[in-house]
Amino acid sequence: MSIRQGLLALLEQEPMYGYQLRAAFESSTGATWPLNVGQVYTTLSRLERDGLVESAGHDDEGHGIYRITPAGRAEVADWFATPVGRGTPPRDELAIKLAMAVTVPGVDVRAVVQAQRTATLRALQDYTRLKARATDSDLAWSLVLDSLVFDAEAEVRWLDHCEARLARAARDGQSTGEQRQTVSVHQADEVRR
Amino acid sequence: MSAVLEIADLTRVHGKGEAAVTALRGVTLTVTAGEMVAVMGPSGSGKSTLLTCAGGLDTPTSGTVTVEGTDLGSLSRKQLAALRRRSVGYIFQELNLIPALTAAENVSLPRELDGDGHREARALALVALEEVGIAELADRFPDDMSGGQQQRVAIARAIVGDRRLVLADEPTGALDTDTGEQVLRLLRARCDAGAAGVLVTHEARHAAWADRVVFLRDGLMVDETGPAATADSLLHGIRR
Ligand SMILES: Nc1ncnc2c1ncn2[C@@H]1O[C@H](COP(=O)(O)OP(=O)(O)OP(=O)(O)O)[C@@H](O)[C@H]1O
Ligand SMILES: [Mg+2]
Repeated sequence: MSIRQGLLALLEQEPMYGYQLRAAFESSTGATWPLNVGQVYTTLSRLERDGLVESAGHDDEGHGIYRITPAGRAEVADWFATPVGRGTPPRDELAIKLAMAVTVPGVDVRAVVQAQRTATLRALQDYTRLKARATDSDLAWSLVLDSLVFDAEAEVRWLDHCEARLARAARDGQSTGEQRQTVSVHQADEVRR
Repeated sequence: MSAVLEIADLTRVHGKGEAAVTALRGVTLTVTAGEMVAVMGPSGSGKSTLLTCAGGLDTPTSGTVTVEGTDLGSLSRKQLAALRRRSVGYIFQELNLIPALTAAENVSLPRELDGDGHREARALALVALEEVGIAELADRFPDDMSGGQQQRVAIARAIVGDRRLVLADEPTGALDTDTGEQVLRLLRARCDAGAAGVLVTHEARHAAWADRVVFLRDGLMVDETGPAATADSLLHGIRR
């Protein structure tokens, strides 16, 4: 996972001990993915085992300092140079839920879509408030927030798209699945009128 | 906080008989000073109709629109026009800049119509243009500006002077994401300074700058996000 490369990238700047690394990681990512110090030390010992970092003694207060090795630097360079793989699509609960909603009869799909849209907008409002408060010096954190914002926005756009498709299917109603859908969307309309 | 805009049970039917289209069916919405509300919904759901009624540019079939305590339905045409110029800033879906006037003249026009002297109106226009970041384009004509720059002139026109109610219909249409965000920050700042704002947008990212997001569908308000989270709950929420 990216904690390993993230910590390595931080160590490339200067040798650090565990707590320092955790603080540096969190200040860059705005505590979006909080680390506990145990995770940091576990990761460090694996990095040491793999020859990517090495012990650099202790500071005055007895903290064990780690520094990056040449192999570690190569790994960091490699990480930055390689695009993050899309891999197989993550199992997306929302996509599965909507697929089920249009499959199972009697579900008010538009209501499901709207409930999700409201919830996602609420999260988006929260991210945006954090963004409004972030200063120019918080560039790293601000970009992480932007990533969350664009993700949430993509979800809302997809929901808009689903709703438009459902409305069209309700008008046209061709395949059996869509016909069944037609019925429940019409029913939802009737209830609202 | 005091209500700047109160819309009560607003219904608007366009046209008559067979061709009648009900654009809004009984919408109720209150926007207080300092509050920004975003309106989202599919094309044709009544968003623009809601905004034109709120700004006194269109007349409800039934229901009332009250701006700063004044029922718009009780005003004469002339009184309504005066209230619009004085209290309401409007950014249209189409920009409606006047091609024969410079940026500064477009922005100062509503003030001059309202009886401000030319100099005073120009000074206010320059402040507004400065606020949207294009002070240096004050003496250019709309045709000699990019779409995004024209958009900012339209926004300057809507905020010039001290408008208490700012209504914006897709104000970020022609802008790239970063410039669009600047526009939203600007509207947000206006509302934080005490104006009431209503923003119609298709972009969730922009709606998220609002305190509240309401959703229209087929002329009905179907849902809204609740009141704003507190600052302390924000980081907690993100750590889900
Ligand atoms: N002047 C008019 N005469 C007749 N019908 C109208 C008029 N203005 C709007 N409508 C109809 O009223 C409904 C709502 O229109 P409105 O412009 O408010 O939608 P909107 O939500 O702003 O859509 P968009 O996202 O496309 O801008 C639509 O069905 C539209 O066709
Ligand atoms: Mg519209």
